Amino acid sequence: MTATFDRQHPDPENLPGRQRAGKVWQGVFSMSLLVGLLALIVLLLNITNQAGGLAAYRNKVEPASLSPLPLEETPVEALVAILKENLSINRIKTLQRDGKLEDRSQTDLAAIVTEQIVKPEVIATYTLFQSLTRGDQIRQEILAQNPDASVVWKWWLTPDFLQRSMSSNADLAGVRTALFGSLYMIAITILVAFPIGLGAAIYLEEYADRRSRINRIIQTNIDNLAGVPSIVYGILGLAIFVRLLSPLTSGALFGSGSDNGRTILSAALTMALLVLPVIIINSQEAIRAVPGSLREAAYGLGATRWQTIWHHVLPYAMPGIMTGNILAISRAIGETAPLIVVGAATFITQDPSGPFSRFTALPIQIYNWTTRPQPEFRNIAAAAILVLLVSLLSLNAVAIFLRSRFGRR
Amino acid sequence: MERPLNMTKIPRAAQTTAQEGYAPPDLRKKKRPGETVIQAFLFACGAVSILTTVGIIYELGKEALLFFGSPEVRLWDFLTKTTWQPSIGEFGVLPLVNATLMTTFFAMLIALPLGLGAAIYLSEYATQRVRSIFKPILEILAGIPTVVYGYFALTFMTPLLRAILGQNTVQIYNTLSAGLVMGIMILPLVCSMSEDALSAVPRALRDGGYALGATRFEVAIKVVLPAALSGIVAAFIIGVSRAIGETMIVAVAAGSGPAFTFNPLAAAETMTGYIARISGGDLAYDTPDYNSIFAIGLMLFLITLVLNLVSRYLVHRYREVYE
Repeated sequence: MTATFDRQHPDPENLPGRQRAGKVWQGVFSMSLLVGLLALIVLLLNITNQAGGLAAYRNKVEPASLSPLPLEETPVEALVAILKENLSINRIKTLQRDGKLEDRSQTDLAAIVTEQIVKPEVIATYTLFQSLTRGDQIRQEILAQNPDASVVWKWWLTPDFLQRSMSSNADLAGVRTALFGSLYMIAITILVAFPIGLGAAIYLEEYADRRSRINRIIQTNIDNLAGVPSIVYGILGLAIFVRLLSPLTSGALFGSGSDNGRTILSAALTMALLVLPVIIINSQEAIRAVPGSLREAAYGLGATRWQTIWHHVLPYAMPGIMTGNILAISRAIGETAPLIVVGAATFITQDPSGPFSRFTALPIQIYNWTTRPQPEFRNIAAAAILVLLVSLLSLNAVAIFLRSRFGRR
Repeated sequence: MERPLNMTKIPRAAQTTAQEGYAPPDLRKKKRPGETVIQAFLFACGAVSILTTVGIIYELGKEALLFFGSPEVRLWDFLTKTTWQPSIGEFGVLPLVNATLMTTFFAMLIALPLGLGAAIYLSEYATQRVRSIFKPILEILAGIPTVVYGYFALTFMTPLLRAILGQNTVQIYNTLSAGLVMGIMILPLVCSMSEDALSAVPRALRDGGYALGATRFEVAIKVVLPAALSGIVAAFIIGVSRAIGETMIVAVAAGSGPAFTFNPLAAAETMTGYIARISGGDLAYDTPDYNSIFAIGLMLFLITLVLNLVSRYLVHRYREVYE
């Protein structure tokens, strides 16, 4: 009896002990916060760690056997001669389709020689950490096993990486097509989701009678839709946009030839459905923050409801709406699962030409490269992740800038 | 002074203007067709969300019915058999459900204690300065795309587990690694929802505790935490719902291939992972594979819907107590 009593009401005499217990637990609580911070740091370090480091190459043909000078310094004529000597006539013809070899720049020709004749092959890659701590040891090990290999420092994220299209060779692959695909898709998503989402938010905040059943159903429904797993939206998009509406989404109705609904348009519409609830909820919050006195003043001067909303409520709420929506859009940029289901292709070398083209997107590339067995694809996946994270961070920075700039007015 | 008889009906204030030949102002509500059109359009925007829900239920339900209607699938076998091999006509969903539950379990094992601890710290101990540093960090953690977490699980967590537990005991793809990283992903969500619940507890309750001689820790654990319990349970439930629906981490790190195993160090495919793998290629319509992703999608939708509704109910009820 007394024991129970003591557990529920701590002994008032033992104050130092209780204070100590409090301190210990405070430490435990702050630890859990620090674990979150630690996780973020480790995650970023891990990705940077994979995005650069030593890489061991083996060349099919040694450049030294082709030319006495390094390829970068070999004159144009010599490079052309090397190409003509080592490649079949048909291959040369294919290369000359865009113009004569002699007319090309020296760097261009050197790149062609590397790609067509030298054919470097990655045999091993090392992380930044390994390369920095025991770089010499790694060099010796590789050279002991493969005397003809060359070991070089390699940053996988280069300006070239942003400009090249897909390739089955990790060394020559880039994210250009994926970046264009993501941009196209997000542009259409914004065009569709923003007006509808804003409209729904205005209706719910300014027009809807909260007591009426239909409006309550709409509100509850939006809150629930925000919690539906993204892959379910993907399945919905597959059934409706890709399959049911394929004449529309493939562009067959507009005479674009193909009748395959796995296009940018389908993906963008699916994404629009996915972000719509978030956009509505964020916009509602921004509109709700507009003081009622502003509306009453407008009504008092004889403005109609829509005039009040258009000229007074929306301009006042816009910074909040923009901030919330940029965050929603940045969620859509990183979203992968619905795109897999809707059918983004993983290997595409052509830039998308319009809403009806097949496409790939940045997160899809990251997924694809991560799941390949060759280690060098992990490295370019890390480089692509850096591209994705930097774009998301800059979007967030824009949101913060908008908030501070319009907030001051 | 002859006055037209009907003038008596005009309000006195309007009489002068009326005598000068003006019509009296019409005080009835003016018809504004433009306003009505705008309102109808805005209502239509709101109704899109209803259409989305109807679309999800109709499409998923229709294809799932086709799936269960096909002769080789029986609902009872679907729910109880432990082999999932659509290509040879084995439709037992348990391996997928089991893997989903395992990853969810490990995710919550991380997210609940850490999220709750961080929330208690932020709400009860932290100064304004500390909060202004850590809240953006949690927001960044919450904003990282899930495919990046998948990469993290595969290239960091799995090698770490293999280094600790042994290369042979831990497979390259395993549910433990995916679950732990998923826990890190869900941590900010659980933390911010729990913190909202804790901060909503009225100050008077805390002051009462202090007045009775309780320490800060005792007030936090014995007064604030019980008072915010329903909100914390709601955060936990939303976290579970998020973990069940999460796709990319498990698709990358948990393994591709259904396996009925309770070993967290072995590969097993979850429900979402299965959908992602099957729909990855150019999936042919009206095949058992195609229909099966709708059946599993419907299950996912219903499970998360129920969890979200329960969570909303809890949050709502607890708000009524304190506001």
